[in-house]
Amino acid sequence: MTGESRNRIRYTIVFVGLLVLFCVSIIWNINTGSVSIPLKDILSIIFRGDATDATAYGIIWKIRLPRLMLAAVLGGALSLSGFLLQTFFRNPIAGPFVLGISSGAKMFLAVVTIGLSSAFTYIPVIFTVIAAFLGSMLSMFIVLAFSGKIKNMSMLLVIGIMISYICSAVTDFLINFANESDIVNLTHWSHGSFSAASWSDVGISAAIILPTALVVFFLSKPISAYTLGEGYARSLGVNIKLFRILLIILSSILSAAVTAFAGPISFVGIAVPHICRLMLKTTKPVLMIPASFLCGAVFCMFCDLVARTVFSPVELSISTVTSAIGAPIVIWLMVTRRSKREE
Amino acid sequence: MKNKIALDSLTVGYNGNPLISDITLSLVPGEILSLIGPNGAGKSTILKTITRHLASIGGTIYIDGNDMHSMNGRDIATRMAVVLTDRVRPELMTCYELVATGRYPYTGNFGRLTPEDKAIVTKSLETVHALEIADRDVSEISDGQRQRIMLARAICQDPEIIVLDEPTSFLDIKHKIELLEILRSMAKERGITVVMSLHDIDLAEKISDKIVCVKGDHIAAYGTPDEIITDETISKLYEIERGSFNALFGSVELDAPKGEPRCFVIGGAGYGVQFYRALQKRGVPFAAGILFDNDIDTAIARSLSDHLVCAQAFAPIGSELATRAKALINSVEYVIDSGCPVGEFNQANAELLEYARSCGKSVISSLEELAEATL
Repeated sequence: MTGESRNRIRYTIVFVGLLVLFCVSIIWNINTGSVSIPLKDILSIIFRGDATDATAYGIIWKIRLPRLMLAAVLGGALSLSGFLLQTFFRNPIAGPFVLGISSGAKMFLAVVTIGLSSAFTYIPVIFTVIAAFLGSMLSMFIVLAFSGKIKNMSMLLVIGIMISYICSAVTDFLINFANESDIVNLTHWSHGSFSAASWSDVGISAAIILPTALVVFFLSKPISAYTLGEGYARSLGVNIKLFRILLIILSSILSAAVTAFAGPISFVGIAVPHICRLMLKTTKPVLMIPASFLCGAVFCMFCDLVARTVFSPVELSISTVTSAIGAPIVIWLMVTRRSKREE
Repeated sequence: MKNKIALDSLTVGYNGNPLISDITLSLVPGEILSLIGPNGAGKSTILKTITRHLASIGGTIYIDGNDMHSMNGRDIATRMAVVLTDRVRPELMTCYELVATGRYPYTGNFGRLTPEDKAIVTKSLETVHALEIADRDVSEISDGQRQRIMLARAICQDPEIIVLDEPTSFLDIKHKIELLEILRSMAKERGITVVMSLHDIDLAEKISDKIVCVKGDHIAAYGTPDEIITDETISKLYEIERGSFNALFGSVELDAPKGEPRCFVIGGAGYGVQFYRALQKRGVPFAAGILFDNDIDTAIARSLSDHLVCAQAFAPIGSELATRAKALINSVEYVIDSGCPVGEFNQANAELLEYARSCGKSVISSLEELAEATL
C-alpha cells in the first residue's frame, strides 16, 4: 500500500528530525549564555572531561548541563502528561495546567514549605515531590468526580480553572503567614524555572520520570483502544477500571514531578502533543508517546534558552516563554477545530 | 443446534435498581434478534448488559453455554463485537485504521498488525462495501459510511456475536436497507448471531428471526416476527392512541378523522387510497365501500375510516351490504368515484354510483375536483 509506506517515511523523518533538534538544542544551549563556549571546547569538555579551562568546565558541568537535562526531562514529562490527559478526557486542550493539577501540586507544596520550614532548615526534595504528587492527585480526583457527571468538554475545563483559582487562593492565604524567605522561594518557584538545577535534581526527576514514561509507552496498545471511547475499549477487552486508575496515576506522577522541580509550567502539555499530531498526522500512541516526550524535551530546552538569553542578564520565568509560544497555538487549535466541525 | 447466546432470567438496570427483569431468551448461530419498543423502554440497557458495559442485577448470560461472568475480557472480545450509539470522532484516523482497531484482541504487545490482520481488515472493509473510502479520514465521511465502518470494525474483531445499538438511526432508507442486507448475509453465510435494537418495526419484522418487545418492567412479548408483529401488539407496545400500525404493510397510518361521514368513496383495487389519504389530511370523516376483504384499499380504509362497507373476499356482494352502502350515501352530500374498474363481482359499485347520481349527490372523480369541493 502506497499510503502505508508514505506514512513510514513521514514517521522516520519526524523522529530523525526531532533527534537532530534535540542534539542541536543541547549544543546551542550549552554554547549560549553570558559566557559563550565554542563547540570544539564543549565537545572536549563533555566527552573527554577536559578541565584545562576550569571556568568553562564549571559552567558546563555545574550550571548549564544539569539545567539542560532537567529542562529536557521535565519538558518530556509535561508533554507526555498532557498527551495522557487529552486521551483520557478526549479533549484536545486538557493538560496538567488547564485542569488545575499543577495548582493542586503548588498548593500542597506551599503547605509543606511553609508548614515545615520552622521544623527543618532544609526540606528534603523527596518531601516536595510527595507533596506535589498528593496535590496533583487531589485536583485530579476532583476533576474526575465532576467529569463523571458532566459530559460536556468545556464544563470540564471550567471546573479545572475553578480548581486552579481555589488552589491559588489557598496558596495565597498561606503565604500571608509565611516568613519572607519562604515567600521569595515560593514566588520564584511558582513562576516556574529550571535555574539552580543540580545534578541531584536531574537524577531524582529522571529516576521518577523515565520509568514512568517507559510504562506509558508499554501501555500504548490499550491507550490506542481508548481513543474510540470507553465503550469500545471495554468491548475490545480492556480492563477499564484498572486502565483508568493507571492513566490517572501515571499522568499525576509526571505532572507532579515537573511541578515539584520546576513549578507549574503552562501550555507545554497542550501545545507539544498537538504539534506532534500535526507532524505525524496520526494519533497512534505508539508513535505519539515517544514523539511527545522528545518534542517536549526540545520545546522546553528551547524555551529555557529563550528565557535565559533574550533579556539577559534578566532571566524570564519559563512559564512566560512557554505561555507566549503555547497560548497562540492553543487558540489556533480551538479555532481550526471549531471550523472543521461546522463544515 | 446449540445456543450461541442465552439469557436466563436476566435482570438489568442502573445502580442496582432493576429496570427490566426476568429476561429469558436464546439464540442459535446465525439468528437475528431485534429489540423493539418505545423510546426509553430499556432496549439499550439490555444491550449494554449483554456487552458487559453495565453489570447485570440478576440472572445469567451464557455464551456457548459458559457463564459470561467467568470469562475474561479477551475471551469475550474474541466472541462478541459491538456497534454502539456513541458518536466516535477520532482525530487524524483513516477508516482503515479505525476498522483495524477491531484486531485489538488478536495483536501483540504494541498492536502491530500482521499481514493476516491486514488481510482481515481489508476483507471486512470489502464486506461493508467501503474499500474505496479506506484511506479517507473518519471525520470526512457521511453518517451512512460511518455506520458501515463501525460495522466493519466489529466484523474485523472476528466475532461470533455482534451486538448493535440502534444501527439504523441517522441513516436514510437506502443506507438502512444496505446495512441490514450486510447483517443478514453475515448471519446466514458466516453464522454470526446478531442482537440489535431497532426503531423501525417494519424493518425489524423483515430482518429478524426473533423479536423482543421491551416495555415496562418486563419483556412484553418474545417470539418470531409473525407472532409478534400484529396490529394490536404493536399499537399496545407503543401505546399508539392516535393513528394505527398496519402490520401487513409494516407501516403507520395517522389518526382516522372522527365523526359522521361527510362523503362516500367508492373504491377498490388500490384506486381509493389516494382519496382516503386526501380526506384524512383534510380531516374529513368519510365512508368507504364496497370493498372486498382482501382488497388493498380495505387495509388502508380500515385505519382511516370508521364507516367501512366490506364484503367477503372472492364472493359476490350481497344485497344487505348494498342497502347499507345506499343508506350511507343518503347521509352524505358527496360521493367519490375513484375510477376502480368494475368486473363481475363488484357490479354493485356501478349500481351505487348510478344510485348516487339519481339521488342528486355531487360526484367527484378526481383529486383536483376533491380539492375544490367544500366538504
